[in-house]
Amino acid sequence: MPMIRAEDATKDYDVIIVGSGAGGGQMAFTLTLAGIKCLMLEAGRGYDPVTETPMFQRRDQAPLLGNSTPDKEFGFHDATVDGGWQMPAEPYTQASDKPEEQFWWWRARMMGGRTNHWGRISLRNGPYDFKPRTRDGLGLDWPVDYDDIEPYYTKVEQLIGVYGSNEGLENTPNSPEGVLQPPPKGRAGELLAQKHGKTLGIPIIPIHRAVLTQKLDADRLPAVLFPGNTWAQKIVGDAMRARAACFWATPCGRGCSTGANYQSTTVHLPPALATGNLDIVANAHVREVVVGADGKARGVMFIDKTTGQDVRVNAKAVVLAASSGETVRIMLNSKSTLFPDGLANGSGLVGKYIMDTVGTSLQGQIPALENLPPYNEDGAGGSHFYAPWWLYQQAEALGFPRGYHIEMGATRGMPGGGNPLPDDLGDGAYGSRYKQEARRYYGSFMGFACRGEMIPNDNCFAELDNSTTDAWGIPVLKWHWLWAEHEQRMCDHAERTFKDLIETMGGTVRSVTNGRNRIEPGGKIIHEVGGAIMGTDAATSVCNGFSQTWEVPNLFLVDGTPFPSNADKNPTLTIMALAWRAGDYLVDQSRRGLL
Amino acid sequence: MSHNYQDQNQNQEPDAFGAVPIVVNQTPRLPRRTVIKWFVAVAASLQLGDAQVFGAEPGPGEPVITANGYGKDPLLNQTHNPGDLWPLTLSPAQRAAAIALADVILPADNLGPAASQLRCVDFLDEWVSAPYPAQLRDRELVLPGLDWLDVEAGRRFGDVFASLTLAQQQAICDDICFEPRAGENFKTAARFFSRFRSLAAAAYYATTAGWEAIGYVGNQPSLTYDGPPDEVLARLGVEQTVA
Repeated sequence: MPMIRAEDATKDYDVIIVGSGAGGGQMAFTLTLAGIKCLMLEAGRGYDPVTETPMFQRRDQAPLLGNSTPDKEFGFHDATVDGGWQMPAEPYTQASDKPEEQFWWWRARMMGGRTNHWGRISLRNGPYDFKPRTRDGLGLDWPVDYDDIEPYYTKVEQLIGVYGSNEGLENTPNSPEGVLQPPPKGRAGELLAQKHGKTLGIPIIPIHRAVLTQKLDADRLPAVLFPGNTWAQKIVGDAMRARAACFWATPCGRGCSTGANYQSTTVHLPPALATGNLDIVANAHVREVVVGADGKARGVMFIDKTTGQDVRVNAKAVVLAASSGETVRIMLNSKSTLFPDGLANGSGLVGKYIMDTVGTSLQGQIPALENLPPYNEDGAGGSHFYAPWWLYQQAEALGFPRGYHIEMGATRGMPGGGNPLPDDLGDGAYGSRYKQEARRYYGSFMGFACRGEMIPNDNCFAELDNSTTDAWGIPVLKWHWLWAEHEQRMCDHAERTFKDLIETMGGTVRSVTNGRNRIEPGGKIIHEVGGAIMGTDAATSVCNGFSQTWEVPNLFLVDGTPFPSNADKNPTLTIMALAWRAGDYLVDQSRRGLL
Repeated sequence: MSHNYQDQNQNQEPDAFGAVPIVVNQTPRLPRRTVIKWFVAVAASLQLGDAQVFGAEPGPGEPVITANGYGKDPLLNQTHNPGDLWPLTLSPAQRAAAIALADVILPADNLGPAASQLRCVDFLDEWVSAPYPAQLRDRELVLPGLDWLDVEAGRRFGDVFASLTLAQQQAICDDICFEPRAGENFKTAARFFSRFRSLAAAAYYATTAGWEAIGYVGNQPSLTYDGPPDEVLARLGVEQTVA
């Protein structure tokens, strides 16, 4: 992936984009194809999925059989390099020493950011999800509604390629006919769960994931996305033709060298670069946004990590897409006479209302799945089925207001690296009996995970910790966290539901239930959103519905920061839809000379 | 996630539950002091000089782990063999005991080759020699356990474990292969055995021969994904619901 050196970033740029993940990648794509000259700054190193992805590597080719270590927290073959919850050069602090009041902050300092390893789960928010306060009086409404965002969901799905089906379920939107790619066939455990879920009223259906089950239609889609613009159509068509369909092997979390799933580095950045309108500087660790006397953003100060030198770059507008935590940090560190409390922070809301997804899980062992004849279950490198939230009409009776969806892992996936036969089931077996029992139980374990909506609250936020700096002398974030009773009750319900499902399948619960400790720590699910929420006015929000900050009209936030709520739907697809929409708006504003 | 069902402290993949990386089950922390204390009690009951066998600190011949890990940006798409990234540290006697024990647990049979043919002990040595917290904890259980095997073999049969007959080796294993049934004097040895079996199997089933032994088919490109065969669907009483 072509990059330039920090000292060569001297062009007359229209827009600086901080971050190269889902939001930054989409923004670069949208702007450069509209002819806008962009400079992208990425804090991590350059990364080339084509040459660096460990496709087909086995566990016995990895140190420690590929298991997780403090250096590689999701295992050796996970795509993330120079990242994790703990990074020596980039510490963060906690306001409380109680584990349940701490936030785990994941960073991915690499070109493409978290999109290189993400789960590719691509669910649309539904109409309810934009107006949660209107529905139940809790949390915050969005200043936009589903109809505003729907066209952009469709465009993103057409560009990146998403498999799934239209089931017409409540608050689980269909995509327009012909937009989704065909879903992959169900695996044994998924089909079994689907059958027994029916008896419990749980709809288990094909999930939506950004994986190409067939090649993108490069002859048709570019004209749909860029009507009348043959230049853009040619670039986008070429980029689509360069991506292969899934070949049904190797987990998506490793990234994909053939571009069969979405990651910014294979989908957004190549066509943006092909326009000739994008320069990328890697190892650019942003210190602050620089503001002019007129209160508008003038550029960005960053540290070139290859030299340790401060570098200033200038542009007509600045887009932050650095992740909720990092965007908040940059804004709070951008202090000036005009903005003494941080950039665009007159409301005092920068850093406030940060959310993650509510997570808990339960594992079971299903005798029906024992001793199945061997067959290939690798599939699309992730889940094929899930259950969207199905109890919207029963919130009052349930005692918690919002929903969760169920993700499930049922697979005869690549073994090794762990003990396939738990001691209690093995009953002391060793020798040939051990090997027979391991074969019997292989593939008979299923896990069910709750991924639920967290309501923003006053106890979950980030602020600057002026007593601690990172390796480059920049103040770090201090995190505050406290789950509310809503989320705890959701986890109670999820655990009971999973137990019912496992037992209805004829299985036995394997994992220990931990009572109120069952909820995963904040940040563990890595769906960090909020921190500079969008709203209807400058007193109660940081930006408007186009992700444009109220106080600095040429500053846009296109990562998760503008989210005023965090539906159970995984946030990445919505980040991209909002970024595309903000990009169109920015183009329109700049053509009117308003920037 | 299919193999870490026992581990409550695993790192779970946040976004794709089905693509969770696999974490070897980690034994709850068992301080070296506790292990030593128990082994010392055993040694004392055997009227062996406990200091010769179990020092309170790593003995003079036992390497202390000082190597660095592989860092946050290792080469992901190439093969790393045990010993490439940090030195292996099992003593020749410990290696011999480990090879013998792994073959008792995972012998050659109709399902596949023996553990020793699949380099399982190299992986085990890499594991207990690694400079990471979970592996350092395992080191505190596995190394004294391997030493104990030879002490126990000597006490019962007058030779080191690797030189015993299979029947003699199995006699020792029968006493320690299942912790809930192990006698008081074998509890810690049983914990060692459980951990060793877990690590040996983790290595065994990471190989292509191990895949065949357990019934894994995959890691190969295909033009289509066909889902479970009819035989599987029939056995489960389900129908394929995706066209």
